Parts: sequence; structure tokens; C-alpha cells
Amino acid sequence: MRFTVIREKLRHYKVGIAGAGGLGSNCAQALVRSGVGTLVIADFDTVSELNLNRQFFFRSQVGEKKVEALRENLRRIDPSVNIEVHDVFLDHENTPRVFAGCDIIVEAFDNSEMKQMIIETVAMALPGIPLVVGSGLAGWGGNEKIKSRKIDNNLYVIGDESDEVSEELPPLAPRVGIVANMQANIVLEILLNK
Amino acid sequence: MKIMLNNREEIFENESMTVSELLSKKNMTFRMRIVKINGDLVDRNEYDNTTVYDGDTVQVIYLMSGG
Repeated sequence: MRFTVIREKLRHYKVGIAGAGGLGSNCAQALVRSGVGTLVIADFDTVSELNLNRQFFFRSQVGEKKVEALRENLRRIDPSVNIEVHDVFLDHENTPRVFAGCDIIVEAFDNSEMKQMIIETVAMALPGIPLVVGSGLAGWGGNEKIKSRKIDNNLYVIGDESDEVSEELPPLAPRVGIVANMQANIVLEILLNK
Repeated sequence: MKIMLNNREEIFENESMTVSELLSKKNMTFRMRIVKINGDLVDRNEYDNTTVYDGDTVQVIYLMSGG
């Protein structure tokens, strides 16, 4: 398939991004560069200096709302992309409303309880919408441990499923970026096979 | 019974067992997890009351913090 055809196909789809941190910002970047037409991005946080080691933000954006800063950066790549932002802390109640109408959702939280929350919420309230989860990306090295697992038609898990972030095992740009891009890669695989 | 656990065939002497028994038998004790049986999510408060039978497909997913 030629890139012009890929971009034309992807233009009609809407992808939800739950969290605009390391996974969400980098995954969104890959999706916009590939041609996805609409992104729905939700996050409550602001850009901090510590985020710059892995997240798709710039020093001048420290202090800005992540969803606003990310929208600005994505529009610098492609001014025609539709970015719907929600400055909100996602929970069981508002998640179905925020992501209703999306063709697929990318889980991009840092907290494991939030990961559990969105898997449960999508299964209950948004059945049939595929969810792509990131789990296990702390530290460096170990390329061979990072895998992509199709659980069923509606759930995919990317990561090593073992390494949790800690003081001694921080999240760093390469591994976070690998998982974020593998999530974007699954999104393309699903959407281009539709 | 014979089940598929995370895409691998597993054989147990029991004819059935609860999700809790299966998780402890396989030492899958990490608490932040998701369990699906035949594609259906198991309520995390119901692991003691949900039974795995011969032929079931069980997926256990560990959720690690970081993103």
C-alpha cells in the first residue's frame, strides 16, 4: 500500500489516547505522522522538567497543560489533524464519555491502577473498541524482553510485563519510545486491516 | 483438566479450580493484574468464586507502573 493510500485511509479514523505522558505523547506523534485524522487526548497533568527525558514536549512548555502543549506540537507536524483534548482525570465515570466514538483506544497511563481501571471500564462500557495497553517499560536495554501480545480481538498488551518503574529503574526515552511506537504500530495494523 | 494459560497448554490433576487456586498454583501472585477467561474479564473481587474448567482459555496480564 502506498503512503498516499495509507494516509487517506487513516484520515477517517479517530483514536483515543488515555494519558499524554511518555507513552501517549510519543504514540500520538507516530499516529499523526502516519496520517490518523482525529485524536482524542485526555490528561490532567502539566509538563514538568522531569518529563523531558522521555516525553514529546519542550523546555519552553514546562508548566503548560500537557493536552494543550501536545496539541500544539502535533499541529506543528500536521496543521490539518483534528485534536480533541480533555483536561480531566480519567475514571470509571468519565472514560466512556470521553472516548465514545473512537475506533481504538491507546492506554498511556503511568500508574498501574489506572491501567487496570481503563481495561475494566472499556470492557464494561465500550465493548468492541480495541484497547492497546503498555505494561513494563522501565529502565534500559533488554530489547528482547519487550513483546506484543494479542490477548483477544479487543485487548493488546505491549511491554515486558515485568519491570516496574522505581528510583533505580526510571522510565527513559528509548524503552518508553519503543513501547509507545509499538502501540502505534498495533493501531495501524488494526485500522489498515479494517 | 487441560487449559490454555497465556497461550501455553497447561495440564492439572483437578477437574476444575477457582481463579485464586490457579493463580497461586502458578505463582502468579503480583496483585496488579487482569484475568480473562474465554475473552471475558473476571471481576477482581470474584477470583475466589470464579471457576476455571477443562478447555478454558485463561489470560493473566500483569500491569506494571510506568508510562
